[in-house]
Amino acid sequence: MIDFSYTVWILLIPLVMFVVVGLFGNRFKPLVSGLAGTAGLFVMWILSLVTAYKYFFVLEKAADGSFQKFLAFNMRWLNLTDTLHIDMGVLLDPISIMMLIVITTVSFMVHVYSIGYMDGEKGFMRFFATLSLFSFSMLGLVVATNIFQMYIFWELVGVSSYLLIGFYYTKDSAVSASKKAFIVTRFADLGFLIGILMLSFSTGTFDFLTLTGANSPAFSSGTGIMFLGLSSMTWSMIFIFMGGAGKSAMFPLHIWLPDAMEGPTPVSALIHAATMVVAGVYLVARLFPIYIFAAPVALDVVMYVGAFSSIFAAVIACTQFDIKRVLAYSTMSQIGMMMFALGVSGYGGHEGLGYMASMFHLFTHAFFKSLLFLGAGAIIHAVHSNVMNEMGGLRKYLPITHATFLIACIAIAGIPPLSGFFSKDEILAAGHERSLMLYWVEMIVSGLTAFYMFRLYFSIFWGKETHYHHMPHEGSKWMTVPLMLLSIGAMLAGFIPFSMFVSSDRIPFHSGLEMSIAIPAVLVGLIGIAIATVFYRKETTLPDRIYNALGGFSNAAFHKFYIDEVYLFITKKIIFNYVSRPIAWFDRHIVDGSMNGMAYVTNEVSDRIKRFQSGQLQQYALVFVSGVVLLTLLFTYLMTN
Amino acid sequence: MSILTLFIIIPVLTIIGILLSKSHMQVKWVAVVGMSLQLLSAIGLILLYLAERRAGNMAEVLFVQDNVWYETLNIHFYLGVDGVSVAMIGLTALVVFAGIFASWDIVDLPREFFTSLILLAAGVFGFFISLDLFTMFLFYELAVIPMYLLIGIWGSGPRHYSAMKLTLMLMGGSAFILLGIIGIYFNSAPGGGQLTFDLIKISKQNIPLDAQLFLFPFLFVGFGVLGAMFPFHTWSPDGHASAPTAVSMLHAGVLMKLGGYGCYRVAVFLLPEAAHQLGWIFLILATIGVIYGALGAVWQKDLKYINAYSSVSHCALVLFAILMFNQTAMNGAIMQMISHGIMTALFFALIGMIYGRTHTRFINEMGGLMKVMPFLGVAYVIAGLASLGLPGFSGFVAEMTIFVGAFQNADTFHRVATIIAASSIVVTAVYVLRVVGILLLGKIKNEHFETITDARWYDKMSVVALIFGITLIGMAPLWLSDMITGGLGPIMHKLLAAAPGLN
Amino acid sequence: MFEGVPLTWFLITGTIMFFVGIYGFLVRKNLITILMSTELILNSVNINFVAFNKILYPDHLEGMFFSIFIIAVAAAEASMAIAIIINIYRRLVNIDVEKMNEMKY
Repeated sequence: MIDFSYTVWILLIPLVMFVVVGLFGNRFKPLVSGLAGTAGLFVMWILSLVTAYKYFFVLEKAADGSFQKFLAFNMRWLNLTDTLHIDMGVLLDPISIMMLIVITTVSFMVHVYSIGYMDGEKGFMRFFATLSLFSFSMLGLVVATNIFQMYIFWELVGVSSYLLIGFYYTKDSAVSASKKAFIVTRFADLGFLIGILMLSFSTGTFDFLTLTGANSPAFSSGTGIMFLGLSSMTWSMIFIFMGGAGKSAMFPLHIWLPDAMEGPTPVSALIHAATMVVAGVYLVARLFPIYIFAAPVALDVVMYVGAFSSIFAAVIACTQFDIKRVLAYSTMSQIGMMMFALGVSGYGGHEGLGYMASMFHLFTHAFFKSLLFLGAGAIIHAVHSNVMNEMGGLRKYLPITHATFLIACIAIAGIPPLSGFFSKDEILAAGHERSLMLYWVEMIVSGLTAFYMFRLYFSIFWGKETHYHHMPHEGSKWMTVPLMLLSIGAMLAGFIPFSMFVSSDRIPFHSGLEMSIAIPAVLVGLIGIAIATVFYRKETTLPDRIYNALGGFSNAAFHKFYIDEVYLFITKKIIFNYVSRPIAWFDRHIVDGSMNGMAYVTNEVSDRIKRFQSGQLQQYALVFVSGVVLLTLLFTYLMTN
Repeated sequence: MSILTLFIIIPVLTIIGILLSKSHMQVKWVAVVGMSLQLLSAIGLILLYLAERRAGNMAEVLFVQDNVWYETLNIHFYLGVDGVSVAMIGLTALVVFAGIFASWDIVDLPREFFTSLILLAAGVFGFFISLDLFTMFLFYELAVIPMYLLIGIWGSGPRHYSAMKLTLMLMGGSAFILLGIIGIYFNSAPGGGQLTFDLIKISKQNIPLDAQLFLFPFLFVGFGVLGAMFPFHTWSPDGHASAPTAVSMLHAGVLMKLGGYGCYRVAVFLLPEAAHQLGWIFLILATIGVIYGALGAVWQKDLKYINAYSSVSHCALVLFAILMFNQTAMNGAIMQMISHGIMTALFFALIGMIYGRTHTRFINEMGGLMKVMPFLGVAYVIAGLASLGLPGFSGFVAEMTIFVGAFQNADTFHRVATIIAASSIVVTAVYVLRVVGILLLGKIKNEHFETITDARWYDKMSVVALIFGITLIGMAPLWLSDMITGGLGPIMHKLLAAAPGLN
Repeated sequence: MFEGVPLTWFLITGTIMFFVGIYGFLVRKNLITILMSTELILNSVNINFVAFNKILYPDHLEGMFFSIFIIAVAAAEASMAIAIIINIYRRLVNIDVEKMNEMKY
């Protein structure tokens, strides 16, 4: 058995970086803190690669040929009840190692890129400190040994995301976006927490090894009907999925993701494209055995929510003009596909194709989507605008960005031989086996994806010539090199025989291309691209006419189907005005009023009583004498009778 | 003489020192030295306690000192601590220490101010170490009375009204407590024999059920008033709003814990059967309090009011957890008291410092303060995050322990209550982030704020000490949780005996 | 000398004096008059003491002693009261009893 306990350093390095840079960063030059963070990340990257190599190629497999799932490190953190305790540790299995690689790779690239992108910004040091905090929390999340550790780091990624979205804290829109992101995900986390409570109550453990092992208590307990005809296990898994849906921006908890684009672009690339937002997918994958064996209804929920979110977001993405928002909706749509793939998956071998496809897509998506965001960052850096109407013809000024952006667009559109093709093909294949209707939905999504990505591409790099105030130019080497490296990843990641490494039961299996799925998918993608080419390659009025022809629908899509407004109505109007304000009023006037009322009555009574003390001696004497006289008469009367 | 006597002697000596000092500076330094010693002895006490336990000393209470005080009524000066009270003492010492630094700017009558402050602290310490109901009550009153002076003389705003309201409501509470204690005294020897105020001895008896049922509401409501139980919480917003910084800190941080601790140590511990039968009424009130305080805070505009309502919510969670009657939730209740104590003291300290610089507490009049005072701004964000239960800070540990514990009660009533209470974490996030957003972030609204200075050394002392406290517990909660659990044995034993079938 | 006078007459005289005193005490505003009224009340008691002593217990002297005692106390009291009244007058230039309500509630 190889000793993997060093993996705890992958967690500790960023924590140390965070504390050191956070507390002492302002004593050094800004660049030093950036370089320190990057160097730390480099070490972690190397460690993750070494771990992956040792795990997949050196470590012997278990008796049934599966990759082992074991704790590389574990310590007690808090005792709750006799059986429940929270541990902190490192769990290694194929998906956690895959996530380690994804996170450290993208994070490393983003660090390098940020040194160039954030150059000269105020709060450079703060930026890198928070990035380290994020890396720490995200890594802690993926290697969590138990669901409570996951919840802890889940909250921590939430707060790092809050801090990073609100990085430009003097900008009101950034402040409210960060607030929104935190509160929406927090609301989802409440569901997660309730799910954990229910799950842990019926199974008596938080531990992933026990929960997802062969004899999991989750399979036997909590099966009784509890509420609305569903078992308590199903409810708990639905609640847990609610947490995942919040983090992964699934409908209807997606509203924070587009606004989160107020953060610096490298942050969007790292957190809101490649790592944090897929945490929900990872969560479902982590608990997959429970979903499939103990709560299949909950898995159906995952499937429908994923499918709906993917098409919903793809439609909205076609109508947006802010390039980062297009990418944000695209992210939501792609994550929807991952969720969908998990939802349609079975367990074991080829049955578990969806599971593998979901993880595969997560992996490739991380590369091309972070590449897209970093490219968008380079564009914004060059033209100082987010809106695609103010761009055009940039291919001459930004050749490297142009090339890498194009690669990423082809990859996400699912055109072979780039990475997106392979993973999307697996998802569609898995969907085809489960439900033909949803399969076609996803087919439409992939067509729409190709369309809006190339709409974006042509609007930025082709189309009308715009006169820029400054001549746009490429960023420094810090920015272009990560773009090139990531584009290599986006091109080649698809050739990894993913099913040999990641599968639902951790036993490798073969999955080849299915031509019957692949050919229509590619065709749909090409049609999408073709339409986009016709519409946006040159400036025409065609898109506007179509937009107007669709009338209400396209208008609704442009306004994101008014989901924001609905939320705003519920929170501002109903909760704020009709709950919170009456409570404040009730508190002041009824609760406090009754207390004040008691004091007032006491005061009044005493005021009346004190009037007897007039200070008039003779009055006192009169009362005294009349009292004596009355008493005398009374006693006389009593005596005589 | 046991080490516990130090916790009475040090404040008394400090007060004498303060009265003898000649200048303002000297007064402050005497207070600092005294309370630092107090903090050191509290840390020493924690270490000694852990060492004793590790050495296998399994006595119910440690460091016992027992002197007869008034023989006719069998009143003793009886000191002793278990894991729970040790933890509370640690909290008190930390908050008082920070409070001294937070009131460094006091100009009017510093001698009298610090005397009252330390008198209050002495009362609180005495309360936590007493094991005799009568002595306990005496110290309780000692802690409540200086409050009147502190708010009435050094307060701001409608201070006379607030001081009067606070004192009267707390006095009303203590009248209930006195009644309850005397009732317990007369039932303390149901099998005949000498009546006693001795908490440990009484806990070995079974008070007759009808007496329990009569006394429990008095004791629980009496202590509940101080623990800001809905609907007896209204003294808290007004009182805090008018109180000077250090007093708010001590009051919300420590004094309100007397309520929760009293409910735990006296009401539930001595009257377990009544607690079982009547607990549901108070559980409903506590659950309302949790969500009501949080929702109430959303609408407020005054920083201190926001924090006072948030305290109502957090303190209601303490009572909520106590009424769940199981070990995990009880543990959570004590941790929540400690966590909330430090956290809210930090909040009030920061609010005081911000007010001292901006001269307003209305969030609408402020904005963009992060730019001019990064240290205080970051500290406020940390306090806010701790308050909304972010992992890594103490609030998370306490709340999660409570929720996991509460969820072990499998019936629908407790489940629904738990889910309602748990949903307060979302509301908390709303009001915390709202305040942070308006107060610290965005653009500077008022040009006078451009010239504001950041924290000075004594501000930093106070803030750093408290932040250290919340992160220490938040990062490494195991020792604290185990220490508290060690002290919960007797009460769990009694509760189990009262209603078998609980865990 | 009073052989033929029945006790009732003494008692009637005493009662009349007593209520005249009470009346004066309650009604008059001048402190001196009030003081005089108290003297009337005291003396009405003296009359009762002496009369009861003489008629009910002719061979005892306690009643006499008591009335002498009261006279002594009344004298002391009168001097004290007059001293106070003079002081009040010096301070307030007034001895109207209704004005003397400085210490009410």
